[in-house]
Amino acid sequence: MNATPATAAACGLLSCHVCGLVSRAPGTGGGTAHCPRCSARLHFRKPNGTSRAWALLIAAYIMYIPANLLPIMETSSLFGSENDTIMSGVIFLWSSGSWDLAGLVFIASILVPLMKLIALTLLLVSVQCRARWLPVQRTRLYRLVEQVGRWSMLDIYVVTILAALVQIGSLATITAGPAALAFGAVVVLTMFAAMQFDPRLIWDPFHQESQHHD
Amino acid sequence: MSPHPTVAKTITARPVIACHECDLLQRAIAVPPGGVARCRRCGGELYRAAHRRLDPTLALVLAAAVLFAVANAFPIVGLEIQGIRNVTNLFGAVQALWNQEMRPIAALVFLTTILMPAVNLAVMIYLLLPLKLGRRPAGLTVIMRVLQSVKPWGMLEVFMLGIIVALVKLTHFATVVPGLALWSFAVLTLLLAAAAASFNVRDVWDRAYPAPRGEVRA
Repeated sequence: MNATPATAAACGLLSCHVCGLVSRAPGTGGGTAHCPRCSARLHFRKPNGTSRAWALLIAAYIMYIPANLLPIMETSSLFGSENDTIMSGVIFLWSSGSWDLAGLVFIASILVPLMKLIALTLLLVSVQCRARWLPVQRTRLYRLVEQVGRWSMLDIYVVTILAALVQIGSLATITAGPAALAFGAVVVLTMFAAMQFDPRLIWDPFHQESQHHD
Repeated sequence: MSPHPTVAKTITARPVIACHECDLLQRAIAVPPGGVARCRRCGGELYRAAHRRLDPTLALVLAAAVLFAVANAFPIVGLEIQGIRNVTNLFGAVQALWNQEMRPIAALVFLTTILMPAVNLAVMIYLLLPLKLGRRPAGLTVIMRVLQSVKPWGMLEVFMLGIIVALVKLTHFATVVPGLALWSFAVLTLLLAAAAASFNVRDVWDRAYPAPRGEVRA
């Protein structure tokens, strides 16, 4: 490698997050820059992205606790009533022989949300320390978090369908439990947190000369 | 494809693009059909090859719109326990949650499986039809921003998987009768994936504004 490769921010160029056009940043006259093609507001980096991501992530951590402890599904039938947490739902699937679906729900409802929380924490901490280790892998991790996060909605949809279908009077009734609210909140909050995080910050420590952090 | 890249370079300066994941500046290059340009530093996707024709994308989107209507109009599954039968369609499921005082979840399910996918499909049709006729769609910039913010929230493929898991759980104690919407959702999931893979945002901008002012070239 020869000299440090040039980034848009280091060259005073702005790339539009809507249409991708790269344009020259207007002089330092203050005011916000707008994309000459699509007139979207331009920033060198997502404004306050890191603090917003932290706020959303901490809220997600808090909601993660009731999401796993409270029942996500309440079943009442002739044989009495039963409350299912996310984990006990997985165990039910496993013990009833559907080990493949048990694995799937375990990954989507337990592993993915937890890994997402840990991964976002790791990314935010590393960016704030201006860490220089493994930038390619950390960028890849961010990409993974963005793509995989939506699959956590799986349990919400399962509960939705069960709660709508199993309404057979005294015979069997399924209703959504309070954990559904908390779990939905975790999914939405982590999705917003991932959107607020700016992966370009992972690479900024390699460009000491860039002072633009708009 | 130009046989002599050096010759091509001297004729026209190519637009400069910045990687959205690491901000590295790179010169846009021609990508063979079906190809993807990736950032040489972080490997992030920069853009996909432009389509010669918009027809395949438009066909996929229109087919998906028809199936989306079918999937919403007909019941997904029916349940039979000791002669009592209960069927539900997607909106019915949302209503059931709403009536169980699970309103935020009902709203979330409504947004991610009905509203956002519907807006996404409508927006794509609105963009592709005029572009196919060689016109710039009115309000393009607003529409593209809507498309960008709507995209991550359409989760029909996850919903499809949710239906499967729910059905497996139910087959243990009841007879499950698959409805027309179930098959529609299955095909719709595939069509939406194909349409998303075929829809090219950069292509839309390049067709609407072939030589934008303010663009940096090198």
